[in-house]
Amino acid sequence: MKGLSVSKAVTALMLAGLVLLPLYSQLSGNIFILTLFTRIIILALAAASLNLIMGFGGMMSFGHAAYLGIGGYAVGMLAQEGVGSGFIQFPVALAASAIYALVIGALSLRTRGVYFIMITLAFAQMAYYVASGLARYGGDDGLTVYNRSDFSGLINLSNRTQFYYLCLACLLGVIFLIWRIVNSRFGLVVQGLRSNEQRMQAIGFPAKRYQLVCFVISGTMCGLAGALLANNTDFVSPAVMYWTRSGDLMVMVILGGMGTLFGPVMGAVVFLLLEEFLSQITEYWALIMGPLLLLIVLFGRGGIMGLLGRAGRG
Amino acid sequence: MLLVVEQFLNGLQFGLLLFLLAAGLTLVFGIMDLVNLAHGSLYMMGAYFAATFAAWTGSFLLGALMALGATLVLGIVLEVSALRHLYGRDHLDHVLATFGLILFFNEAVRLIWGPAGLALPLPAWLTVPVPILPGIHYPAYRLAIIIVALLVALLLYLGVMRTRIGMLIRAGASNREMIGALGINIKLLYTLVFGLGAALAGLAGLMQAPILTVQIGMGENILILAFVIIVIGGIGSIRGAFLAAIFVGMIDTLGRAFLPNLLRQVLSGAAASTAAPALSSMLIYLLMAIVLVVRPEGLFPANRR
Repeated sequence: MKGLSVSKAVTALMLAGLVLLPLYSQLSGNIFILTLFTRIIILALAAASLNLIMGFGGMMSFGHAAYLGIGGYAVGMLAQEGVGSGFIQFPVALAASAIYALVIGALSLRTRGVYFIMITLAFAQMAYYVASGLARYGGDDGLTVYNRSDFSGLINLSNRTQFYYLCLACLLGVIFLIWRIVNSRFGLVVQGLRSNEQRMQAIGFPAKRYQLVCFVISGTMCGLAGALLANNTDFVSPAVMYWTRSGDLMVMVILGGMGTLFGPVMGAVVFLLLEEFLSQITEYWALIMGPLLLLIVLFGRGGIMGLLGRAGRG
Repeated sequence: MLLVVEQFLNGLQFGLLLFLLAAGLTLVFGIMDLVNLAHGSLYMMGAYFAATFAAWTGSFLLGALMALGATLVLGIVLEVSALRHLYGRDHLDHVLATFGLILFFNEAVRLIWGPAGLALPLPAWLTVPVPILPGIHYPAYRLAIIIVALLVALLLYLGVMRTRIGMLIRAGASNREMIGALGINIKLLYTLVFGLGAALAGLAGLMQAPILTVQIGMGENILILAFVIIVIGGIGSIRGAFLAAIFVGMIDTLGRAFLPNLLRQVLSGAAASTAAPALSSMLIYLLMAIVLVVRPEGLFPANRR
């Protein structure tokens, strides 16, 4: 038994890199890398929230991007109506995501397996169409957010470094929360339901209620990512919740390692860097990305974390 | 009256088209237990093949027939080269792998045909309006879609219920180990079923092509409608898919056509014109939600136990 496993070492290395990144950006004058990694961190947060229900809860949601849109639209719509305070925008974004998750979850959780995948997908697509129909808020073309959320001097979101650290803090906070949830009694019940729902029910746990609460927590976390994303791009459009984005989030989770704490972060970093890298080589990057996904599914069991775990043992 | 009949037929036509797509999806799921997101890509490829072949040969019908063959072959190649290895795996694996295939197909189409859409012009004899009732005309092409789709649905029903291959397909759906043990070549059967599903998707795509433009991503939105249909109809049930598809096609078309006017009677003009497009695109999802609340396993589940 080694004190430090390979996966832990790699995770620590990655986290150290994320913390020190603004320093590197400052020293090298490379601003682009900071912008890129702000986006990566926000999507890593979304992937981590998806991992809570998918990896730990066994609920395969294919509509997680809807929360990115709901959180984003909450910020964008309030900003448009003249409410610029982040102290209002962010709670509204979280609450809106939670309510959406509650309704969608209550309906979707009546089914399981592949039905659940299809239904969450269909509801997210419904949210997409609703956003496209919002003529007052830009409809199909989306909505420009002219002023980033204002936290009355506490933190300035227009400052790249401050915004980066805010996102990183949110990510780490959410992962801490997930860690606490997963190891709590509640989390153990949810994981028990993933392994064997019937047995858990026979012991006397109200399965659906536990799963619904977990579903709502995950959606709320992803709503936070949505609010941050709208601030990052100064723009929100229905495209944010297009179903391919939900697919991207799923890929990040699987790629990094489902049901591991830092797997989704690793997945988001690798996936988005790969996308960036491939799109610099060729305009047709998806031509390589698609088959790569197929290969990962066919041969890469357990994702990067699984790979690192095997490397540690071997 | 004219508008009502016309929209009714439009709804029927759209529903039948959705059935062609949903039938392939539900067959593949019911028999191979495979969730195929790339089904929409096959629909798209059907449309692109048809537009290309029709331009080459100069004949719409010939182009359509060649496109049908091409999607059949493409489906078989896809099954043998990639999807076959996914049978028996987790559904999540299916979703991810076929998601990758969608990315691949969209990008391949962009590479081969370019980012701009294609048009598939109709021959003159299909553009004339046909009198269906005294005083009411309906476009010949849409009528042709209804007839072809109904014929295919009938053939599919007879094929599955009355032929030997259909019997094997049904047997495979209810117990795959057993028919394997009885000496049936399941691999071949699976490939055949997948090819059939692909051809049905291709048929839907090429028939829809002259009405809409042929463009990248055209299969994705309609694929999600097909999912809704399968959920409403019950997974694996062709009869359920047929009824649900007609239902969804009608509700979607009639909702888009008449909901704005209905809302205008209740709400003010501005509020109605804002709410109508959002509400009419939500209708079928609301329908799905209601079905889920009442019968989570769908209206016509395939194998009740």
